[in-house]
Amino acid sequence: MSFWSYLSARHEQLLTDAFQHASAVFQCMVIATALGIAIGLVSYRSTWGGHLAITSTATMLTIPSLALIGLLIPLVGLGVPPTVIALTLYGLLPVVRNSIVGLRGVDPALVDAAKGIGMSRSAQLLRVELPLAWPPILTGIRVATQMLMGIAAIAAYASGPGLGNEIFRGIASLGSANALNQVLAGTIGIVILALLFDSAYVLLGRLTIPRGIRV
Amino acid sequence: MSETDGRGSTSGATIRLENLTKRYPGNPNPSVDDVSMDIKAGETVVFVGPSGCGKSTTLKMINRLIEPTSGRIRIGDEDVTDMDPVKLRRKIGYAIQSSGLFPHMTVAENIALVPKMTGWSKAKVKDRVEEMLDLVGLDPREFHGRYPRQLSGGQQQRVGVARALAADPPVLLMDEPFGAVDPITRDHLQDELIRLQHELHKTIVFVTHDFDEAIKLGDRIAVLRERSHIAQFDTPEAILTNPTDDFVSGFVGAGAALKRLNLTRVRDVEIADFPTVSVDDPLQRIFNALRGGAGNELLMLDRRGRPYKWLRRGDLMRAKGSLARAGQLVHDTVTRDATLHDALEAVLTDSGGRVAVTGRRGEYIGVVDMETLMNSVHEMLEADRLAAAEHRHDLEELRHHRTEQELEGGADSP
Repeated sequence: MSFWSYLSARHEQLLTDAFQHASAVFQCMVIATALGIAIGLVSYRSTWGGHLAITSTATMLTIPSLALIGLLIPLVGLGVPPTVIALTLYGLLPVVRNSIVGLRGVDPALVDAAKGIGMSRSAQLLRVELPLAWPPILTGIRVATQMLMGIAAIAAYASGPGLGNEIFRGIASLGSANALNQVLAGTIGIVILALLFDSAYVLLGRLTIPRGIRV
Repeated sequence: MSETDGRGSTSGATIRLENLTKRYPGNPNPSVDDVSMDIKAGETVVFVGPSGCGKSTTLKMINRLIEPTSGRIRIGDEDVTDMDPVKLRRKIGYAIQSSGLFPHMTVAENIALVPKMTGWSKAKVKDRVEEMLDLVGLDPREFHGRYPRQLSGGQQQRVGVARALAADPPVLLMDEPFGAVDPITRDHLQDELIRLQHELHKTIVFVTHDFDEAIKLGDRIAVLRERSHIAQFDTPEAILTNPTDDFVSGFVGAGAALKRLNLTRVRDVEIADFPTVSVDDPLQRIFNALRGGAGNELLMLDRRGRPYKWLRRGDLMRAKGSLARAGQLVHDTVTRDATLHDALEAVLTDSGGRVAVTGRRGEYIGVVDMETLMNSVHEMLEADRLAAAEHRHDLEELRHHRTEQELEGGADSP
């Protein structure tokens, strides 16, 4: 069976997998972004706290994804939970690091000015520091999403959702007629999804980064 | 805020610093040591001193960006030392070096920040933004929607001042606001600030390390030495002609007589009339004016009444009757708020030894020449000498009468 006829025969299953893949990555990124920015906000003012946040999230990233998912299975079972936990943890590092770097990169004179004209602490954060730190934070989110696209494929190992299932099925039945097609379809699907997400981020950047600081 | 007199109807409030001290942990010496000072309402006081003398720290204690270790701050009749700092700062304008504008907000959004925070209505804020832009000499239609990075350094600084004044605070703190712009722009900005202050009568506390700037702007100058000790707190004239000690005279530097020129403005000297014609006048009338006038020179104004060309008798002849080619373009003018120093500079570089004085929109008002300047300077220095002699006389008398009493702070103790 050729690759094209494989695609047309299996497109329903493939689309479902692709949708689940995208939706898992998207939801985990939302959680990772919220958590990551929160961690950044809590820790960016202290040298010590910033180090701790960056180092601990970086350590998370050094754990091989297969091992992490494997370790999570006995704790939370199979399926969606280990996938979500693993993806969120992996997504944290770029967001946390870029939040801290971005927030620290805001010109202290501007923070001084914000305080000096009578902004409350929360107004300083919401109206000055976060908007100015947003471009690097968005870059962090973008990098994290790219990474999660690949890692999400491993989730199939814990019978999670997504295009990883195609790849694993193909690998498991190597030598059979459709093995290569399955692996190819899964991989190409992930690449296409990643590109789609990336262009969505470009658009998001256009919409959310104020014109005055856009490069 | 009344509707008729829209701009800056809240005039200044007094500021009183009482034994203000700031200590930082780990430093045995306080950065600011026991500063007491009374600043009158509507007065511009300049803190000047070498870098690291604590002048900026003292300023920042007024809006409590730095909390004093001990001492009290009073603004108007209110003790603000323990007030909510956020509320306090909304009543105090704050302008800093390199403008401090938020780059992600437009000019209008920057200016609207404080009025919005204090809960003004949308329409009122909008009007106020236009008014403030106009006040600092920027065309509201043109600059409204621009981002700070699309402005020059001088324009940014103007917007910074507009933002500081937007909520009409009685007090304005300025921390080396013109430190980061080029000398020519700085000069313009200083002139603008003087003009603004003429209109608004805020209480301004201004920090600089540039003594010339201090002389130009201050009603009174506080010369500060290390730990913010006040070496002398007096009018610029008194500091120039009568410095209390070597530290102050060292800071005043050489050329006190020349610096004295910075203390008088063009508005204070006699501005002479000069025969003028307009570019739209018929050629014959210009001829007649040239021939008929007492001097043999005319000032030609452009269509908006601004000085355009100096025309001498014979210029028209040489240019074969073509107005476009005749005469000499006016290359320098001064406003009525310019200092005599600026006027002298302009007169010296002008080939004819005079400079045209213009109003706010650049329109012609009159002319100042070398002779007028010389006479005014002579009168001025004479008056200063008299005042200084009188001051010395007073001091001696005071000493004579109170030999057994201790002389306190302000007097010139031996």
